[in-house]
Amino acid sequence: MSAASLPPSRWRRWLASDLLYAFRRSPVAMLASAIAAACIVCALFAPQIAPHNPLDLASLNLMDALQPPAWEEGGSRTFLLGTDGQGRDILSALFYGARISLFVGLSAVLLSVAVGVSLGLMAGFLGGRVDALIMRVCDVMLSFPSILVALLIDGVGKAVFKDASDGLAFGVLIFAIALTGWVQYARTVRGSTLVERNKEYVQAARVVGVSSLRIMRRHVLPNVLGPVFVLATIQVATAIITEATLSFLGVGVPQTSPSLGTLIRVGNEFLFSGEWWITIFPGAMLVLIALSVNLLGDWLRDALNPRLK
Amino acid sequence: MQALLVMLTVALIAFSLFQFVGDPVSNLLGQEATQEQRDALRKELGLDQSFVAQFAAFVGNAVQGEFGLSLKQGRKVSTLIAEAFPATMELALAAAVIALTVGIPLGVYAALRRGRPLAQLVMALSLLGVSLPTFLIGILLIMVFAVNLQWLPSFGRGEVIDLGGWTTGLLKWETLRHLILPAITLSLFQLALILRLVRAEMLEVLRTDYIKFARARGLSERVVHFGHALRNTLVPVITITGLQLGSLIAFAIITEQVFQWPGMGLLFIQAVQFSDIPVMAAYLCLISLIFVVINLAVDLLYFAVDPRLRIDDAKGGHL
Repeated sequence: MSAASLPPSRWRRWLASDLLYAFRRSPVAMLASAIAAACIVCALFAPQIAPHNPLDLASLNLMDALQPPAWEEGGSRTFLLGTDGQGRDILSALFYGARISLFVGLSAVLLSVAVGVSLGLMAGFLGGRVDALIMRVCDVMLSFPSILVALLIDGVGKAVFKDASDGLAFGVLIFAIALTGWVQYARTVRGSTLVERNKEYVQAARVVGVSSLRIMRRHVLPNVLGPVFVLATIQVATAIITEATLSFLGVGVPQTSPSLGTLIRVGNEFLFSGEWWITIFPGAMLVLIALSVNLLGDWLRDALNPRLK
Repeated sequence: MQALLVMLTVALIAFSLFQFVGDPVSNLLGQEATQEQRDALRKELGLDQSFVAQFAAFVGNAVQGEFGLSLKQGRKVSTLIAEAFPATMELALAAAVIALTVGIPLGVYAALRRGRPLAQLVMALSLLGVSLPTFLIGILLIMVFAVNLQWLPSFGRGEVIDLGGWTTGLLKWETLRHLILPAITLSLFQLALILRLVRAEMLEVLRTDYIKFARARGLSERVVHFGHALRNTLVPVITITGLQLGSLIAFAIITEQVFQWPGMGLLFIQAVQFSDIPVMAAYLCLISLIFVVINLAVDLLYFAVDPRLRIDDAKGGHL
């Protein structure tokens, strides 16, 4: 058999796909994904790339404290973006902070996708009381702004586990952010499941005697995941901002592992004495990540929307 | 009905918070108390009753605004909230006014002059407004206007005037200045949201048949745009703005923290940091009440603006 008659490999199909074509024609999408990729690489390989280790207290020297960025008067090459009040290198702190922010953001989104998609599938596929109950809970959740819900859950979590370990504190934080995001997935998935439920392939599977759970997982799920993918992309930005906000308010990540929000909070105290770089660089990094992910999500939504073609 | 259910659920959550504070009896009496003393106090506080009875008592007190003493400040929670409430309301309303008065005209402009450079600039800025986290906007404003230019104060409310229980900073320029930066910070996200919404709705409406018909009747562009198009745009705008009034109060938590504005949000954040349960419970109940009331009011307002809903109702439909 010749190679040409074989079905094209996944890689070849991807190369020929409309999505990749649209991507290569959109400068905004390419720029956004380049920035996002750069941020992810910096975060992922922070221990290898960062010039200093901000978490290693032994390497800190108070003599280096409050140095301005290299291009300002009094700055030095060793600390490109300056140092904070304890002599930490801002650039390194940025990489490590982005690492924590991305970790919390991505975990929260994964968790809320898992919860939202399962509940949405159940609501749409099973219908009846289950549907009514889940949708009612969604309505209630939607009537409160997400930051408030996250703050309340996180606050309650802090009150309940007073001297929680760092791991638990992260868990509570991720849980709090995830719980604010699942509603949108649940509603989207429920909507598409309602459509899929009555299609022939589902009925065929039913006739053959496949169990409901299996139909939901193996047959309906792959067909309703498209919009979820788009939503999840945009939600990553939201989750990262929520995390930063909570950390800024002092109820987010534990003090020992500063995220971008924590860095901004710490830097805020130095704003009035003129050391702007301690706040502004983490802030810029946060905006860069959020903006690039948002743009990518917007582009993905348009590219996958058949109505706009 | 749903509103009542929400309130009860929130009250239940708030009530169960108290279960985590630890046993109030041993806190109040100390180690040396005898079993009789403990039982007596337990009875006096109503702690010997069933969970349901205790919850009912809690709801009864909550309805009267009674949440006990703040663990941190030792003052009545209702007094603390009453002191902070005007500050938050003033901030939220000022932000809503800014968002509406700037957002709607800019949205209309961006829709009518679509594709012009200035309109595109407005849209790009609004995207930035949606993406920038509130606290970062606040910090930037402080840096520019309070630290570098030194035009405006950056924290607190100044010396407010007390109008019989309601403190206001609106009557004097000195205190009004304190309001400017926080109000702008709080309004920017809503402003961008309203702007984008008005533009999208306006573009949608301008494509409809009755606009074409209005043009065909020879009405001036002004009348078509503002009399017909904008009017129909306003229904969803009112809904969203109304619903957003609630999130203004919620987002005020962040703004108040940045500017150390002595409102309910700051009170709540401090309560969270110190695990001050009575204050947290009171804030939780109050904010849900505000949300429920706002949702209800928006439903009614919707009804007043959209005549189609009224006709439905006359036919025996339901709201």
